[in-house]
Amino acid sequence: MSTDVTDKTPAAAPPGKGGPAAGEGLLRLVLGGLRRNMRQYGMLIALGLIVVLFQFWTGGDLLLPRNVSNLVLQNSYILILAIGMMLVIIAGHIDLSVGSITAFVGAFAAVLTVQHHVAWPVALVLCLLVGAVAGSVQGFLIAYFGIPSFIVTLAGMLLFRGLTEILLKGQTLGPFPNGLQKIGNGFLPEVGPNTNYHNLTLLLGIVLIAAVVWQEVRDRRRQQEFSLDVVPFKLFLLKLVALVAAVLALTMLLASYDGAPIILIILGVLVGGYGYVMRNSVFGRHIYAIGGNLPAAKLSGVKDKRITFQVFLNMGVLAALAGLVVAARLNAASPKAGDGFELEAIASSFIGGASMSGGVGTVLGAIIGGLVLGVLNNGMNLLSVGTDWQQVIKGLALLAAVGFDVWNKRKSGS
Amino acid sequence: MAGPVLEMRSIVKTFPGVKALSDVTLTVRQGEVHAICGENGAGKSTLMKVLSGVHPHGTYEGEILFEGELCRFKDIRASEQHGIVIIHQELALVPYLSIAENIFLGNEHATRGLINWRETLRHATELLRRVGLDEHPETRVADIGVGKQQLVEIAKALSKEVKLLILDEPTAALNDEDSGKLLDLILELKNQGITSIIISHKLNEIRRVADSVTIIRDGRSIETLDVKAEGTTEDRIISGMVGRDLDHRFPERTPHTPEEGAAPALEIRNWTVHHPIDQQRKVVEDVSISVRRGEIVGIAGLMGAGRTELAMSVFGRTYGRYAGGTVLKDGTEIRTKSVAEAVGHGIAYVTEDRKHYGLNLIDTINRNISLTALKKVAKRGVVDEQAERQVSEGFRTSMNIKAPTVFEPVGKLSGGNQQKVVLSKWIFAGPDVLILDEPTRGIDVGAKYEIYTVIDQLAAQGKAVVFISSELPELLGMCDRIYTMAAGRLTGEVPRAEATQEVLMRQMTKDKEVTR
Repeated sequence: MSTDVTDKTPAAAPPGKGGPAAGEGLLRLVLGGLRRNMRQYGMLIALGLIVVLFQFWTGGDLLLPRNVSNLVLQNSYILILAIGMMLVIIAGHIDLSVGSITAFVGAFAAVLTVQHHVAWPVALVLCLLVGAVAGSVQGFLIAYFGIPSFIVTLAGMLLFRGLTEILLKGQTLGPFPNGLQKIGNGFLPEVGPNTNYHNLTLLLGIVLIAAVVWQEVRDRRRQQEFSLDVVPFKLFLLKLVALVAAVLALTMLLASYDGAPIILIILGVLVGGYGYVMRNSVFGRHIYAIGGNLPAAKLSGVKDKRITFQVFLNMGVLAALAGLVVAARLNAASPKAGDGFELEAIASSFIGGASMSGGVGTVLGAIIGGLVLGVLNNGMNLLSVGTDWQQVIKGLALLAAVGFDVWNKRKSGS
Repeated sequence: MAGPVLEMRSIVKTFPGVKALSDVTLTVRQGEVHAICGENGAGKSTLMKVLSGVHPHGTYEGEILFEGELCRFKDIRASEQHGIVIIHQELALVPYLSIAENIFLGNEHATRGLINWRETLRHATELLRRVGLDEHPETRVADIGVGKQQLVEIAKALSKEVKLLILDEPTAALNDEDSGKLLDLILELKNQGITSIIISHKLNEIRRVADSVTIIRDGRSIETLDVKAEGTTEDRIISGMVGRDLDHRFPERTPHTPEEGAAPALEIRNWTVHHPIDQQRKVVEDVSISVRRGEIVGIAGLMGAGRTELAMSVFGRTYGRYAGGTVLKDGTEIRTKSVAEAVGHGIAYVTEDRKHYGLNLIDTINRNISLTALKKVAKRGVVDEQAERQVSEGFRTSMNIKAPTVFEPVGKLSGGNQQKVVLSKWIFAGPDVLILDEPTRGIDVGAKYEIYTVIDQLAAQGKAVVFISSELPELLGMCDRIYTMAAGRLTGEVPRAEATQEVLMRQMTKDKEVTR
């Protein structure tokens, strides 16, 4: 989840030469870093602004522990889809079928557990497998057969929506066994003495903080070991403090209510895992390479077809996971579930810094984009804005985010 | 003969940092076919762009007189209104529209916005008859061959009441038969009173259709020769094209003496490749070359000679359709059907088109360098970022890549520095054989010298280098041996001691006689 620690602006003065000058250099360094990653930081700042605005407008309701918990639960499936969608878009493709696959997997889960009383862990695995199969069929047609992804997944969107209705015979099916419900609505169990806070959540927060600090310190030490340039110690410290403060704040917020929702844990693992994969794995690098310049990637020996296939396979699995979460949360499978999810996931990716032509974007960006939409949704609900105007405002937000990016790029002449 | 229809006087055209034309004068007489020839990059195409208004008046110095009138074209439309039509090497046809629709595109027979199909078809049929194309005007352009498409372009030009027709390398993409037909058509149009300028470096073509030829070299017009005159031999034209001092400088290198008995590092035998779409056309035909460790072997050839196609088809079959031939590495036959296989056998291909085929411009120097051999800095699929950065920092220093950090996007670097990144990327892959395709194209003199030094070091380390270039002086300055290619075939092999620009150019312009 860390941002580019190694970024250094060419204009920045060498820091550490006495009081005021060093402070100025540090400020310039921070601003320089901001400017270089305008899209991501810009959206982070926009997210911050939106949160502050709605916090003000709703008279403080937005950041109530209960509401934060709700916000996470409400948006979790869009965020899960946005992670996969980001990979698809970075690879230079699009996936329109995820909303329908979400619904189909939910229906499949209901048929298995409600009608056939299959044990829920078995059903869970089968559902993820169904997602994998759906994703790999689409991925095969796109990567090896050469049908454009827009067409394949548009067909998939119709196909899986239809299959969902066939499976459910147009009815809503529920309720789910307890275990499955927990995925959508459950919280970490409470253990230990009563401390007014949720103990396990606190513990988890502390572990996370320790992990973040260890990771950052280790990175820095290794950089020094290889005698590479490192960011000035002050900036490093500033960043570390900011990271720790953010994690701590969220932990306290959640711990003062029911604790961390299980889905948040899942989401955290996904964000951390996929962020790491995209940044540090050969697979992730190859996705950026084929999206950024396909002919060059091919001539560099990147197996572009296999990568494309895997990206869609992955999207299928994540759509299945989202489908389980949706179904568990509603405690029923509905033929209309997941309607329009694909568009929300795509919007999240673009708000979060993806490019139509591929090759650009981060998992964290997709999450930020998804949260911008989520906070808008939640805030407007709290203010009782009708869904009609909500749509209008979300549309404008998407336009504004991408428009700002285009304008910013033109201004910097790149 | 008639007086001049076109005079271009002292044309100077500067692009940022480069003087593309530094003093060109061109006089074309009424009703003749005038050839322009020169090496790749001599300024032929730029000159024609100035004439046709692609580079509008005001962006160049000098003056253009057409039919005695001073012209100041602000765009292509303006020059077309005067009857000057240019047909570019890449055809500008819309594949999914019909022949007739393409002919009148932007110039439709219409009343109040509605197309008059009767008139369109009648006129198109008439024009097709004039260019000798026996196709129904409602046929889609995508369904006819390149040769016929070229004729559609000419029909399109005729529909615009053309007085001066400019053809930029019109036969470069055509097979022999289509080339022959096209040249006949140019002569036929000449009889109808249309003046043509034809850019070509195929000397036999020039001899066949042209009345006079102007030679351009390094952005200057050198001389204009009367093709039909006694003294105008192919050798005479060649000496005009190459007659320049060796003004580049090259690192001192000791010529390689091949080891007795050792098998060549890379040997290509009887390699034949067909064009990916026009499968009748052999782009590379029965080519056999070899290169030893420590040796730099040049491949010289003009545009369309098949050098890049040879290299790319050997490197993972990334061009065209394979039609025979074998590749041997250190004496044993190897498979190079995919890029991964070729790289696995220690072959690297450094493309001539770094922006499209070499680099991911939106990504950093760091990640571009590591891409081909990510496994070297990764453990179990996970990239060690610090090790990766150490590698790219190493190349930044050793290759003198001018950038503040290795996290700069390569799209922001100058051409020379981008080229250094492409080279670094392939050196990092650790190949035994490097095929360098125009490694100094579009970069300044200083950076060229640095790249020559790197190439020299690679050879000194025992790597085998294949050096493809259009610039003869650099081949003469760098190579131990030079192969020449023309029209897809090997036309010669010259050791360093015997190589001169004249010898090479003569072999590069060899072409089998165009069939009549």
